[in-house]
Amino acid sequence: MEAVLPHGHHAAPAGLWRWLASTNHKDIGTLYFWFAATMFLIGGLMAMLIRAELFQPGLQLVRPEVFNQLTTLHGLIMIFGVIMPAFTGFANWQVPLMIGAPDMAFPRMNNWSFWLLPVAGLFLIGSTLLPGGAVAGGWTMYPPLFMQGGISYDLTIFAIHLMGASSIMGSINIATTILNMRAPGMALMKMPLFVWTWLITAFLLIAVMPVLAGAVTMLLSDRNFGTHFFDAAGGGDPVMFQHVFWFFGHPEVYILILPAFGIISTVIPTFSRKPLFGYASMVYATAAIAILSFLVWGHHMFTVGMPAAAQLFFMYATLLVAVPTGVKVFNWVATMWRGSLTFETPMLFAVAFVCLFTIGGFSGLVLAMAPVDIQLQDTYYVVAHFHYVLVTGALFSIYAGLYYWLPKWTGHRADETWGRWHFWLSAVSVNVLFFPMHFLGLAGMPRRIPDYALQFADFNRVASLGGFVFGASQILLLIVILKCLRGGEKAEARAWEGAEGLEWTVASPAPYHTFTEPPEVK
Amino acid sequence: MNTTGNRRTSLRLTLLSAAMFAFGFALVPLYDVFCDLTGLNRDAAQALANNTQVDASRSVRIELVANVQDGALWRFAAPRLPVEVHPGELVRVEYELENLSDRPLVGRAVPSYAPLAAAAHFKKIDCFCFREQHLAPHEKVRLPVLFVLDRGVARDMKVVTLSYTFFALGKRT
Repeated sequence: MEAVLPHGHHAAPAGLWRWLASTNHKDIGTLYFWFAATMFLIGGLMAMLIRAELFQPGLQLVRPEVFNQLTTLHGLIMIFGVIMPAFTGFANWQVPLMIGAPDMAFPRMNNWSFWLLPVAGLFLIGSTLLPGGAVAGGWTMYPPLFMQGGISYDLTIFAIHLMGASSIMGSINIATTILNMRAPGMALMKMPLFVWTWLITAFLLIAVMPVLAGAVTMLLSDRNFGTHFFDAAGGGDPVMFQHVFWFFGHPEVYILILPAFGIISTVIPTFSRKPLFGYASMVYATAAIAILSFLVWGHHMFTVGMPAAAQLFFMYATLLVAVPTGVKVFNWVATMWRGSLTFETPMLFAVAFVCLFTIGGFSGLVLAMAPVDIQLQDTYYVVAHFHYVLVTGALFSIYAGLYYWLPKWTGHRADETWGRWHFWLSAVSVNVLFFPMHFLGLAGMPRRIPDYALQFADFNRVASLGGFVFGASQILLLIVILKCLRGGEKAEARAWEGAEGLEWTVASPAPYHTFTEPPEVK
Repeated sequence: MNTTGNRRTSLRLTLLSAAMFAFGFALVPLYDVFCDLTGLNRDAAQALANNTQVDASRSVRIELVANVQDGALWRFAAPRLPVEVHPGELVRVEYELENLSDRPLVGRAVPSYAPLAAAAHFKKIDCFCFREQHLAPHEKVRLPVLFVLDRGVARDMKVVTLSYTFFALGKRT
């Protein structure tokens, strides 16, 4: 390491130390993205193995207990290791650029929030090597199963603690940055929508990650220190865990999708060459979704034993979420209405998001109805639902955002031909992969089972084939990103014709330090 | 840059997250308070769980069986005599497990029932089969099972067999 860095506009320090000790929001953003990409590869390979096992009935590739470990780890890795870090990567890169701040409010804490993650990821993946294998009780960690496992269960709890601490620190940082460090003239209601959605997400994270930490701490003390929060033998109640977990879990679902709304609300106006339709209603809809998210946790547990009054309350509250979400979908479509549309790769992913996320939303409405949910709970219908909202929803918005801001980050335009191939292969195969799961679920195929009855064979084979193509298509994204880093068509400061916002006023690639003098916002 | 402002905001947010951590624990008693106040979940469903009425008019003989997969490594023994239980009564029995080898062993018991129809009424409150058993060389432990045979069990079911098979875990040799 260079001992003393010249004060002021110095270049990035070189080598490994630049990344280990970085306090620069752009470097840390990049680290978050590469971490998410690595975990995506691992979680994705697990998904491929799951689909390969389900390609035909019977047990082919993995033993049932390994299959259970695969589904559990796949869920934990994709949620805590891929979607959340990728969105935090966007926040790190874009929030300071979009509000005209020189960096995040607490750069050193920012470094800490990132470097806790690889440790947690290592624990989670390393637990597969421990005696008894990794956690196999499902990502929701329900007792009593979760209290009966081996040492890897304790390690997983520790990993969750670390990831929770990382998220809380990251969110405090992001919320403080947004609240205190906006450029002069940028009132709250002038902030780009992506910043708004992240502000609300940060508050959700600060409110519910500690509750998850509490829930897993109670599990840990039940397992090791003789308490009986959830242990029926000592007077505890396993269902209590589900209540506490889903009090975290449902806001978590919106944590995974609100930043996606922000990205889509940025991309669609750019390629429609119109301002976002209904900006204020978008802000209020986001806030409404966030508030409602605290009132609907019971819909995850309709079948565990709940009085009819509570079932009705959770059912109506859940159906109510469709109203602000509908406002958003309406606004995106209205933004495109009579716009002068072009369909570059980011826009393709954004339009696909609007269509496919809405399918996930509709199947969510179906599941929200308690009588229907009692039929469909724990079937592939649920699997289809949450993969539509998380893959074609959250993940596609991440792709849209990547293609959209890559020119700003690397200084090179992403290869449009490769990008389109990536889009079309992904968009088609993802439907081949997940759409048949609706039919499987309606026909009664249970989730988290390595083997199935013969009548499910055909749709499973179709889904597996779609899965293999979808998995392979993601290699194209890696190629696009690597090509973009190495060179390609130079991007101008305003990389897209219709792009608005402060990030497009700085050069492409964005210099190591930006907005050391705050810009004036009119 | 407004450093004091940043510090104040972050302090507030940290306090908020600490409060939410405490709230997570507080949810455990709060749910109970909420249900007491509103009367939710205090009716039939709950009464079933709290049912301590014992049907003393009849009794069922529970036969206890122990099997072990690898008898050279373990000695696994059930109580010698069957127990007579009234449906609804909380019963405790103890199995015995001994590690006969010179190395530490890990294993787990898997229960089964005969007749099969009894399984739905056999409520194990606590059982050594819920957990892996770690035994030091030549260690001997007593393993309790706490169970209730609920009152729904058919009247003509006079004998129920509870059988455990003990499996060694770890690398298969």
